Amino acid sequence: MTAEIGHFALILAFLVALVQGTLPLIGAQRDDRAWMALAFPASAAQLLFIAIAFAALMTAFVTSDFTVANVANNSNSAMPMLYKVSSTWGSHEGSLVLWVLILALFGFTVALFGGNLPPVLKARVLAVQAWIAVGFLAFSLFTSNPFLRLDPPPFDGRDLNPLLQDPGLAFHPPFLYLGYVGFSMAFSFAIAALIEGRVDAAWARWVRPWTLAAWGFLTLGIAMGSWWAYYELGWGGFWFWDPVENASFMPWLVGTALLHSAIVSEKRDTLKSWTILLAILAFSLSLLGTFLVRSGVLTSVHAFATDPARGAYILAFLVIVVGGSLTLYAIRAPALKSGGLFAPVSREGSLVLNNLLLTTACATVFLGTMYPLFLDALDGGKVSVGAPYFNATFGPIMIPVVAVTALGPMMPWKRADLAGVMGRLKLALAAAVVMAAAAWYSVGGTAPWAPIGIGLAAWLFVGALIELAERLKLFRTSAGDSWARARHLPRSAYGMTIAHIGVAMVLAGVIGSQAWQEELITVMDSGETVTVAGYDFTFQGSRELPGPNYSIRRGEFVVRRDGDLVAHLFPEKRFYPVQQMPTTEAAIHTTWVSDLYTVIDEPQAGGAWSVRIYHNPLVPWIWLGCIVMVLGGLVSLTDRRLRVGAPRRGKRAAPAVANPQAA
Amino acid sequence: MTLRLRFILPVALFAVVAVVLAVGLNLDPRKLPSTMIDKPAPEFDLPAVRGRPRGLASTDLVGEVQLVNFFASWCGACRAEHPLLNRLTEEGIVAVYGINYKDQAEDARAWLDRLGDPYVRSGADIPGRTGIDWGVYGLPETFIVDAGGRIVYKHVGAIYPEDLENTILPIIESLRQ
Repeated sequence: MTAEIGHFALILAFLVALVQGTLPLIGAQRDDRAWMALAFPASAAQLLFIAIAFAALMTAFVTSDFTVANVANNSNSAMPMLYKVSSTWGSHEGSLVLWVLILALFGFTVALFGGNLPPVLKARVLAVQAWIAVGFLAFSLFTSNPFLRLDPPPFDGRDLNPLLQDPGLAFHPPFLYLGYVGFSMAFSFAIAALIEGRVDAAWARWVRPWTLAAWGFLTLGIAMGSWWAYYELGWGGFWFWDPVENASFMPWLVGTALLHSAIVSEKRDTLKSWTILLAILAFSLSLLGTFLVRSGVLTSVHAFATDPARGAYILAFLVIVVGGSLTLYAIRAPALKSGGLFAPVSREGSLVLNNLLLTTACATVFLGTMYPLFLDALDGGKVSVGAPYFNATFGPIMIPVVAVTALGPMMPWKRADLAGVMGRLKLALAAAVVMAAAAWYSVGGTAPWAPIGIGLAAWLFVGALIELAERLKLFRTSAGDSWARARHLPRSAYGMTIAHIGVAMVLAGVIGSQAWQEELITVMDSGETVTVAGYDFTFQGSRELPGPNYSIRRGEFVVRRDGDLVAHLFPEKRFYPVQQMPTTEAAIHTTWVSDLYTVIDEPQAGGAWSVRIYHNPLVPWIWLGCIVMVLGGLVSLTDRRLRVGAPRRGKRAAPAVANPQAA
Repeated sequence: MTLRLRFILPVALFAVVAVVLAVGLNLDPRKLPSTMIDKPAPEFDLPAVRGRPRGLASTDLVGEVQLVNFFASWCGACRAEHPLLNRLTEEGIVAVYGINYKDQAEDARAWLDRLGDPYVRSGADIPGRTGIDWGVYGLPETFIVDAGGRIVYKHVGAIYPEDLENTILPIIESLRQ
């Protein structure tokens, strides 16, 4: 019964979305208030029905109702409760329901808090949102119904893919989707603005917090995914340039560009058509990410065509949404009037450069990801593009990106003096040179990019701090004055500094993992000791343990440094009998500057094991840096000016002391 | 006009991507490249499937165009294509040879007894060694071997009537000329 209620609720949501997509749009065209106002109850009803459907699906999973095909295929009665819940979105069908749930939630938020939006704009935004929902709900209902019954039901379920039975991955998809769907807000605003033919500062002010929130969620989602890969795949790697990873990384790159471009649109009333284009692209890439990953076209051409109905639907949907919006853009964008002019060397100029570099970086990732498919479509044979391509193309583009990230915030709007800015960044330059020299000394000629990367990280880290110090006039005025400035500085300024420091940390971590990782693969008997990077690892043997729905083989390492105990590490091999699949659980001890990483591989004769031991310097900073970046976004979101529903009040309260350059 | 071009460019680029995706959608994902194409069939000498009089060796695959079909009783898709193979033999369209891949001897015998035996000769590849030499990685797979014993084409998956009409028979026709 529950499944039928869920199915029915999903159908109702579809119908409501159709109404929400049409009537308010017509109302906006005719300036009919009543029709426009319909968007509010419609978005509430849509959220309600989708929430019911989602709850019904989750109930089926939690109660292990194997008469529902989706549950039987992706769950098992022996699974821990956490994974029963998370397997709700573990399958293609279920993840679509989560997608529309988040979409409806965001749509309702606009309806609820958008009181200060011009009613016409609001009606159009909600209508566009509804059309996206229509597309996804139709896809769910007609090709991927999560509530299909199974007759006869199996005795037990086929289990969730063991790799997904992990806390990191349980919450990875929801955050990723919060990011993807978050960009739908910027998209809807962009389409509404194109229909209207008008983009003003108020528009940009509305788009910014949504973009910032979406970007933060996406950052977290990607970080979780890579953290999971780090400890679960057991090679100490954290990013593999896998098509699935790239699919989430591309919207992030364009979203980051959008974030910065929206600042220019808001502050300087210019770059509007570019901002709109980025908003369309960010969401288009999100759609591509969701759909192509779920349909499997990127991983292998095979899965795409295994269900031709799904493949065709996906393509049609992409053509309508992306093709439609870009056509609208081609028609309407030339009419958007551009505001303030600026010199190439200026805050705007640096943001434009940052935008161009980020979109170029995204283009290289896109090319590398899609090239195998393109080549196959052109009958050029089957190839796969690996990490070497991405390292060779993406890496070099990141050098100017990071270099400019420190410069840009130091520049005033309209026109800047590059020599002067460089002069103020003397300290950062010195730090970069010193760190690069130290890195050079450490790696020698083996990894020439390591000094560059470490130097850039130092440059950005110190540069971001200098920028903040300048705003506070630290050491140049009395402590009291600096304190007053610190209190009145907009939160968004702090947010920027924090986020840029996060970028520097991630960069240092990535370089560290590549340049200084030490690895030892060996066979160890119980009681044997090996030394890696100055740490003594003693293998204490292994033993069998029962798990909830798997069996465990747990090894034990005692780690000592100069005789002092550092950590006990328990790497595991798990075996999931239902899917006949083993998984690896690395055991990691972090010192926050480096990771000690151990894995047990295969049992050898006489109780010995082949093991892998890694010392990963700076690697924890990758995820710490991501968290710091998100914190920066969060701080920026709490800025008065951006607070949803309070832009006007915020403007009046803007502190007079604040630096006119405040971003 | 140049100004407008800047705005049309995104949608034009997307159109290219969409076309490629559409082509990709229509690609036959089962059409995997085989390293064996245009190479002589690997040498083998297999014993007979239980209950059949003769085995199959690579030296049997000469003199005419023929199909070599890898099958097993555990393979559902093999069952689907079996009537078609029977028809090929009954109507004398092309000689079909069979290689019974990683099967149980008794199951294979029962399979051929019950569903009919379309094979001119067949061999039992119980350990799967011959299958590896041919580059088989899923059943059923069917190879077209020309009169000189050279592999010309590989079909992955069950043969359906349209595969036969559109691909396999035309290749056989062209080889016979």
